[in-house]
Amino acid sequence: MEQLGSFTLDDLRDIMRACAGVTDSVDLDSAIDDITFEDLGYDSLAVLEMAAKLQNHLGVVIPDDVAEQLPTPRALAEYVNVRLAPEEQMPSPTPAAAAEAR
Amino acid sequence: MTRRAVVTGIGVTAPNGLGTEAYWAATLEGRSGIGPISRFDAAGYPVRVGGEVSDFTASDHVPSRLIPQTDNWTHLGLTAAAWALEDAAADPTAFPEYEMAVVTASSSGGTEFGQREIERLWSKGPSWVGAYQSIAWFYAATTGQISIRHGMRGSCGVICAEQAGALDAAGQARQLIRTGTRLVVTGGADASLCPYGVTAQYSNGRLSEGADPSRAYLPFDVGAAGYVPGEGGAMLVVENASDALARSAPVIYGEIAGYASTFDPRPGSGREPGLRRAMDLALSDAELAAGDVDVVFADAAGVPELDLQEATAISAVFGPSGVPVTAPKTMTGRLYAGGGALDLASALLAIRDGVIPPTAGVTELAPGCDIDLVRGAPREARVRTAMVLARGYGGFNAAIVVKQTS
Repeated sequence: MEQLGSFTLDDLRDIMRACAGVTDSVDLDSAIDDITFEDLGYDSLAVLEMAAKLQNHLGVVIPDDVAEQLPTPRALAEYVNVRLAPEEQMPSPTPAAAAEAR
Repeated sequence: MTRRAVVTGIGVTAPNGLGTEAYWAATLEGRSGIGPISRFDAAGYPVRVGGEVSDFTASDHVPSRLIPQTDNWTHLGLTAAAWALEDAAADPTAFPEYEMAVVTASSSGGTEFGQREIERLWSKGPSWVGAYQSIAWFYAATTGQISIRHGMRGSCGVICAEQAGALDAAGQARQLIRTGTRLVVTGGADASLCPYGVTAQYSNGRLSEGADPSRAYLPFDVGAAGYVPGEGGAMLVVENASDALARSAPVIYGEIAGYASTFDPRPGSGREPGLRRAMDLALSDAELAAGDVDVVFADAAGVPELDLQEATAISAVFGPSGVPVTAPKTMTGRLYAGGGALDLASALLAIRDGVIPPTAGVTELAPGCDIDLVRGAPREARVRTAMVLARGYGGFNAAIVVKQTS
């Protein structure tokens, strides 16, 4: 998934599994790049939950109204990658930074 | 022809048995699910004994998408509901979606989930509180998730009346059946054995501080000193009798023949508590006499004053030692929203098997508790009609009469 940059689709898959689970009829390991979150079984709350996780773990700010307009895993991952400086891949956020990110 | 509400399916998630038959076998054998609280380190708490559903793994029973967005209480409720539908051989896709409903009871809501999120709030900040907190904690969550999972879009609801809630929910289910709904999932569950939940419960002053699991909860006994909190509950499938027969439902456990709920007068008024009136009203609602009742499943508060009130009410309706009384919840603890539902399940199983499950632990009845409490071993008896009683903290009383269908 090089085209997605340093934050890969597999990273996103891990977050999807961890914070929202997987619908029985969906194989997350298949090519899901351009399938909408809705078709993958994730409602808007699930997308907000993923966005919050990304924000807390990567420090990338994803406002709620923006998260709602990122329809597919590819769109979400690209949004993250554009904002993810290579040297800041996995910062450990402090409570202050997390509060600021809100 | 009058529409009659009958129970066609039972699903149980109880501290002493996962699944209806496991629970029932344990209950008849007198096997208790009460033990030291293991979910958290309770050593520093005044309450150290509880009824935990310890052999339950959510991922074995609940779809993966639902687990992160729901509390353990909802996991237990979803599981019991699926089992009840399976037991009833009722495939929800075969029913019109607006003719199925879900009415459950809830008492604590998703406290364990909520505690986790509050810990994140305090330790890491607001952005770490998960989006699912918004839907996981609240009382209607279990009803809503069962409704969504099984496509039941009729008149759904949740009733919060502490331990009395599930009887009120079953009464509401009966009302829905009478007014045309084809199938209702009803019952309740609770799971609040986390520090936050236990602390909140402790504030009512009724929890047992006993450390010996076999002696901590002794309703009607001279040694009664509070109750043990438990988790879990039961779900029932309720249908209109003739519809259930028409679709050849495999089992009809019994009919919800009478139901009433009352509210206590204000504390200190000197007036009689509302339990006896609920019993009388439920009997007249069922068009039955006290002598028709073969067993009473007691509320069994485990608090001397409340035990005496209940024993007095039972004696007033049935005469001193006038009816067998039992409290199998001595093997699970009080399950709050799940309690009335589990007692209803037990009453229906007592009808099915002609046996009254025992009350565990009680050895010597307290003065004034002149009841025929079934103790030590199950009692074989023809059970055609059973009454279930429940009282919820705050003044709630409910009584249900279930009877064998011909």
